[in-house]
Amino acid sequence: MVVADRTVTAQTPHDGEVPPSEVRTSLVIRVAGEAGEGIKKPGELLIQAAARAGFEVLTDFAPPSEIKGGVSFFQIRLSAKQLFTRGDSPDVLLCFNQEAFEVNIQELVPNGLLIYDPESVTPRNTERYRLLSFPLEQIASKQLKMPIVKNVVALGGMAALFSLDTEILYGLIRELWERKGDAVVQTNFKALEAGLKYVQEHVSSADLERFHIIPNPLQHNRIVVAGNTATALGALAGGCNFFAGYPITPASDVMEFLAPTLPQIGGTLVQAEDEIGAIGMVIGASFAGKKSMTTTSGPGLSLMVEALGLATMSETACVIVNAQRAGPSTGMPTRHEQGDLYLCAFGGHGEVPRVVLAATSVEDCFYLAVASFNFAEKFQTPVILMTDTVVCVRSESIDQPELDRIGIENRLTWHPPVEGATPYDDSPKGYRRYAHTETGVSPIAIPGTPGGQYVGMGLEHNEKGRHRPDPRTHTQMTEKRFRKMEHAELEAPAPVLHGNQDAEIAIVTWGSTAGVAIEAIDILAEEGIDVCLVAPRMVMPLPRHQLEAAMRKKHVIIPEVNYRGQFADIVQGVFPTPVTRVNVYGGRPMLVCHLVDVIRDVATGKQGPGRVVLKPIIGNLDELVTPDDLIAPVEHN
Amino acid sequence: MTVDTPVREHQLDDYKSDEKPTWCPGCGDFGVLNAVYRALRTKNFEPHEVVAVSGIGCSSRIPYFISTYGFHSVHGRATPVATGVRVARPDLKTLVFSGDGDAFAIGAGHLVHAMRRNLDLTYVVMDNAIYGLTKGQTSPTSGAGFHTATTPAGNPEQALNPMTLAITCGATFVARGFSAEPAKLADLILAGINHKGFSFIDVYSPCPTFNKVNTFKTYKEEVAWLPDSHSSSDVAGALAYATSDEHKYLGIFLEREAPTFEDLVAANHSGTEADRPALLAKMFKRYS
Repeated sequence: MVVADRTVTAQTPHDGEVPPSEVRTSLVIRVAGEAGEGIKKPGELLIQAAARAGFEVLTDFAPPSEIKGGVSFFQIRLSAKQLFTRGDSPDVLLCFNQEAFEVNIQELVPNGLLIYDPESVTPRNTERYRLLSFPLEQIASKQLKMPIVKNVVALGGMAALFSLDTEILYGLIRELWERKGDAVVQTNFKALEAGLKYVQEHVSSADLERFHIIPNPLQHNRIVVAGNTATALGALAGGCNFFAGYPITPASDVMEFLAPTLPQIGGTLVQAEDEIGAIGMVIGASFAGKKSMTTTSGPGLSLMVEALGLATMSETACVIVNAQRAGPSTGMPTRHEQGDLYLCAFGGHGEVPRVVLAATSVEDCFYLAVASFNFAEKFQTPVILMTDTVVCVRSESIDQPELDRIGIENRLTWHPPVEGATPYDDSPKGYRRYAHTETGVSPIAIPGTPGGQYVGMGLEHNEKGRHRPDPRTHTQMTEKRFRKMEHAELEAPAPVLHGNQDAEIAIVTWGSTAGVAIEAIDILAEEGIDVCLVAPRMVMPLPRHQLEAAMRKKHVIIPEVNYRGQFADIVQGVFPTPVTRVNVYGGRPMLVCHLVDVIRDVATGKQGPGRVVLKPIIGNLDELVTPDDLIAPVEHN
Repeated sequence: MTVDTPVREHQLDDYKSDEKPTWCPGCGDFGVLNAVYRALRTKNFEPHEVVAVSGIGCSSRIPYFISTYGFHSVHGRATPVATGVRVARPDLKTLVFSGDGDAFAIGAGHLVHAMRRNLDLTYVVMDNAIYGLTKGQTSPTSGAGFHTATTPAGNPEQALNPMTLAITCGATFVARGFSAEPAKLADLILAGINHKGFSFIDVYSPCPTFNKVNTFKTYKEEVAWLPDSHSSSDVAGALAYATSDEHKYLGIFLEREAPTFEDLVAANHSGTEADRPALLAKMFKRYS
């Protein structure tokens, strides 16, 4: 079983202490405070140290939209086994201030541990959880005379909770602050020690035992990266040598990673004036022979749509990473939703076939970024790689990719068969940029190639690249563009499969919701309910051969984080069989325990085909405290 | 770059494609096309080492009529596409062709930034103060009071001044030509090509079909070549001539030296393609 006890018990009234016989399989710790309190950096230190100690880690980071102020949190989940979600609810919640307490306390698992700074937090309704007062401010300001190290004191406390090997943490602190001199390193050491000591002295050994997780023996060749970092690394591994982009949440990390990196391999990054400029530059650079990419999020992709049609029409290879965020228009830039599938799959006027891949995990971000370049180059097409906020911002421990096992595709280029070949020659030696071929892929001449001159174009065109609006040309060229997709479909990356593939219940899903399904399937397997998962990593064209078996099952469940069931629409367009759609749309990932309930209902016959709408949180949505509830009413005279 | 190829004397015809121009008889764009052929001939460029990028509009069909590589993009987006080509391949000569609608309305946002970046692009606007391809609507360079189907009561907007725009946005070469004088226009385009940096050349290129106000005849009465006394390094003088009520001045308003975007970018390169595996190995280590 992958998921901890609480995800199952969360729906039933909690019956007190976890029996000592039950071995904890994962621990979720959330640190909540103001965005400006710098909780991300200590959090990163903690996960790197935990991963080095042999833990599987998976994190979540929820920044507020505001730069400073507003509540944000950093969450880390630890386990000895591979993790697929951040965990439905925290076992331990550390709050830096009252607002952080108010908006997070409802999510703390019943009987969980609240750690709070008594100077800034006054807990309420304390019967539902246990308390640890942790005077962070006092320790940092009075004891250490360094208010700034409050976060490191907290870090020490967290490390003590799950008995992390602190030598690793000391090592990382040294690595991080060595450049600033020994005094800074020593100060941080002291802060770390103070935090460790406080928790060791004030938390009972029974409680510490309760949070104890046995890490795996040290594993080699593991790395801990965020999804956006994995995407950037995958782009580098896939051969990217030109990038143009425009800053946007939650995609900017990819661009910021590549900006200092690409010049180290002679590549170039341009910060464009807007997303339309970015995609135009990408198309231009690819036309000129580069492996080109841009990254964006929904609002930026909306702006790029016209040029995406140009890339399809001109058959220009390019990679567009769309880091999905929540809501239409500006929506919720830092929140999660799988709402852009229609846009990615169909967005644009006319018929614009393109390849769309969707990452289900951090590891996918890497390998699908490589695959995106390969599909783009091989089929001379735009490829959209869809990630989502959950996958972008979370860090995960993954196997270090083995570069020599990664295949790289290059575009089929045209070279003059004889000296003096010209583009205006109707003989076989003349160049036809858009020549009809069996796969639809035509050899491309890279500018600078003698005799290969042609005009890349958005107008409908004949094989030589001349505008011809006649019915024969448009019919044949439309077929050529779609023929490429038929061949791409057959080369779709393997889907994520999980559970017993002979099960009568199939979950068909996409993106990071696949991880939720994996954990739900493992919980149900413990109960004796067999469920299988198929999550295609290519969502357009839909790889029919990967889904056929699943779609013939007695029950098909399609969970996704959106209102309309966009993926379900696409799947049912190809396989018109009844399915149970499961949707949630609160800007949060789907909860494992909620999906478990739905599948159980399907298994027991309580739920048939149709649509189930889930709540985005455990508990009553109406009782959830929002920041609005914390603002004192303004009195008008 | 094919440095090994023996230099061959190209003829004007070597720059002509097999596609015949689709413009209306009497269109000013023919004069621009001829001037481009001449400039390319003078430079004796290899056609396969030149890229002509355009947007959408009558003018933007020009890549089809030139024997070089070309990219006919979408409306207003010639500049980003050309930016990508130029940054990716500084070994090629990149020319951009646009119209007044393409450059100054839908594409104005990009143009401003390309000027500011000072990419080594030669940017030719075939300015006829009308939307021709869509059959005659008011454009950003149409004068106030101009009557078209979309401004039946007369254009309520003031015309945009391409010269002041370019001078103030950072273009390092700013000129204006007239398609009725293709030999002089060819010299301007040639000077633009020779200039290292963003060269902006606005060309009066009348539309005989839809614009009955700004015609070859009216332009001939209004234009004057910049006097020899004007120094192209004189920004204040360039702005004064650009805003003159007396004449529509032709010639090189401004030329100055500044580092190009692509040179600054290249100066930042610290490795080559061969360093890719080592770089990735270093990155993996950082996250272990």
